[in-house]
Amino acid sequence: MSSQAWINLAYLTASMLFIVAFKLMTGPRTAVKGNYLGAAGMAIAILAACFEKPVMQSVAAQGAWPLVMLGLAGVIGGVIGAVMAIKYPMTGMPQMVALLNGFGGAASTLVAGAELWNATAAAKAASAPLPAWTQFAIATALTGLIGAVTFWGSLVAFGKLEELPQFKKAWTDPNRHWINLGLAVTTLLLIWGVCANPSSNLLFWLLVIVGSALGCTLTMPIGGADMPVVICLLNSYSGLAAAAAGFVIDNSVLVIAGSLVGASGLILTAIMCQAMNRSLAGVLFGGLGTTAVANADDVYAGKVKSASAEEIAMVLEGAERVVIVPGYGLAVAQAQHAVRELANALEKRGTTVEYAIHPVAGRMPGHMNVLLAEADIPYEKLREMDDINPTFPETDVAIVIGANDVVNPAARTDPKSPIAGMPILDVDKAKTVVVVKRSLSPGFAGIPNPLFAADNTLMYFADGKKAILDLTAALSK
Amino acid sequence: MPSLIVPLLFADAVLPEDPASRFIRLLTVFLLAMWVGFEVITKVPQRLHTPLTSGSNAISGITAVGAIVVAGALTTGAGTLLGFLAVVLAMINVAGGFVVTHRMLEMFQPKKK
Repeated sequence: MSSQAWINLAYLTASMLFIVAFKLMTGPRTAVKGNYLGAAGMAIAILAACFEKPVMQSVAAQGAWPLVMLGLAGVIGGVIGAVMAIKYPMTGMPQMVALLNGFGGAASTLVAGAELWNATAAAKAASAPLPAWTQFAIATALTGLIGAVTFWGSLVAFGKLEELPQFKKAWTDPNRHWINLGLAVTTLLLIWGVCANPSSNLLFWLLVIVGSALGCTLTMPIGGADMPVVICLLNSYSGLAAAAAGFVIDNSVLVIAGSLVGASGLILTAIMCQAMNRSLAGVLFGGLGTTAVANADDVYAGKVKSASAEEIAMVLEGAERVVIVPGYGLAVAQAQHAVRELANALEKRGTTVEYAIHPVAGRMPGHMNVLLAEADIPYEKLREMDDINPTFPETDVAIVIGANDVVNPAARTDPKSPIAGMPILDVDKAKTVVVVKRSLSPGFAGIPNPLFAADNTLMYFADGKKAILDLTAALSK
Repeated sequence: MPSLIVPLLFADAVLPEDPASRFIRLLTVFLLAMWVGFEVITKVPQRLHTPLTSGSNAISGITAVGAIVVAGALTTGAGTLLGFLAVVLAMINVAGGFVVTHRMLEMFQPKKK
């Protein structure tokens, strides 16, 4: 077998390991092994790449220096990545994942740029321009574009999730659709330009610049609660960029791994959109509709009952079954450990405690699960929406912490509501609902929540963490 | 007699591949891998969506392979520099992605106390 055949066999092994890795991600216990296998596949693919013909030829001509250079780049990147991943606090995971994702996209763009630079130099030396509309030309254009959109989109997502002051407000300039349209048309023209005239590095880098702008303008208007969709979509893009790079250099492991990631991101995007009952186009270009929204004063006037820690503790003392409903507010208040303490205190009294997790609670897919797992809450107690909804009528107390729109019964009852039809957690069916919230301010959808005014609801106005600590203290008295 | 069989088995591999066949071969790989991805990932439960996102994110760092080939070839100065940067960025993605995923998955394990 030729050395190229051995390299291809190594790539095939890596590809199989990636598929098995995804397969093992279906269970919390097997997922750790899956992650190891994925890393092993990556190591095999990277080692095999060092034996590729172009690298071996330059080694033959110049000695070990190319390999030293590659090793240096690998170590620099590997150390930076590992240190970031270890040092970054667990609560910052959504922005960390966004940032890493962006680097992958940028790398794909640079690979395409470097390949094009080398190819045009070779074409010039042979004084034969690169042929137009080849696989190489088209794939190079697409890789450069998708990678640039991924990188800048991810940076903006990072800024929003990190709550940097520049990104505090979503960009809602009424002209943004025209700006996006203009950029999109320019992008299409430049793609055509690169494909028709691949010998021009200038056109490629112009495409990258316009793609970068598009990455920013597409992500900037998207607000807080829609972030899980954006994260999934950017994740998908980084995979597709890698797959496109595979078409540039005619390499199947890039195509396989890239399309696996692309498919995974697309599925998660669809799941997130479904969980919000919104279309992808609606999330990307819409903003929520401003249809006849019930007046907050009409909904709340005179009907909201506020309670103290002691009163709520009394209700909890008589409860047999308590369901805790976490939302993004829990992550902001860093109240996950306090919640664990409260659950311990309740369980000590013989109360059953479970957690109801809405698919889009938080800022990335599955955010609440990771947050509660960090506080040592066993994952068996974290139950998905469809699984726990039928049990609310038998629940004595539902405690809602930092969640709003995902428990708004208007989604079920009011067909005119902007969130009508969105699947929600039916906490209003519990015997008593305790809502821990700073104020009556609306959630991301900007609509009042009739749950807060319901007969069986007690509002507990306080910071999430302090509220839970006070509640635990009152319960332990 | 493997030394005889192997060249026979792979005899046609040395024939040059025309561009259209090469493109269709890669497109086949692309579509089949997308299909496998859809099938496997729809079975991942919601509670593992975060580690799935970060794990697949790490795998998208596969572009490191392309970066290594283009940087290691030392064809042109600018191409090598771009390739070098691509290796660094892709390796940040790879190492960071797998380590972060491991940290998250560790939290899902039953604690030994």
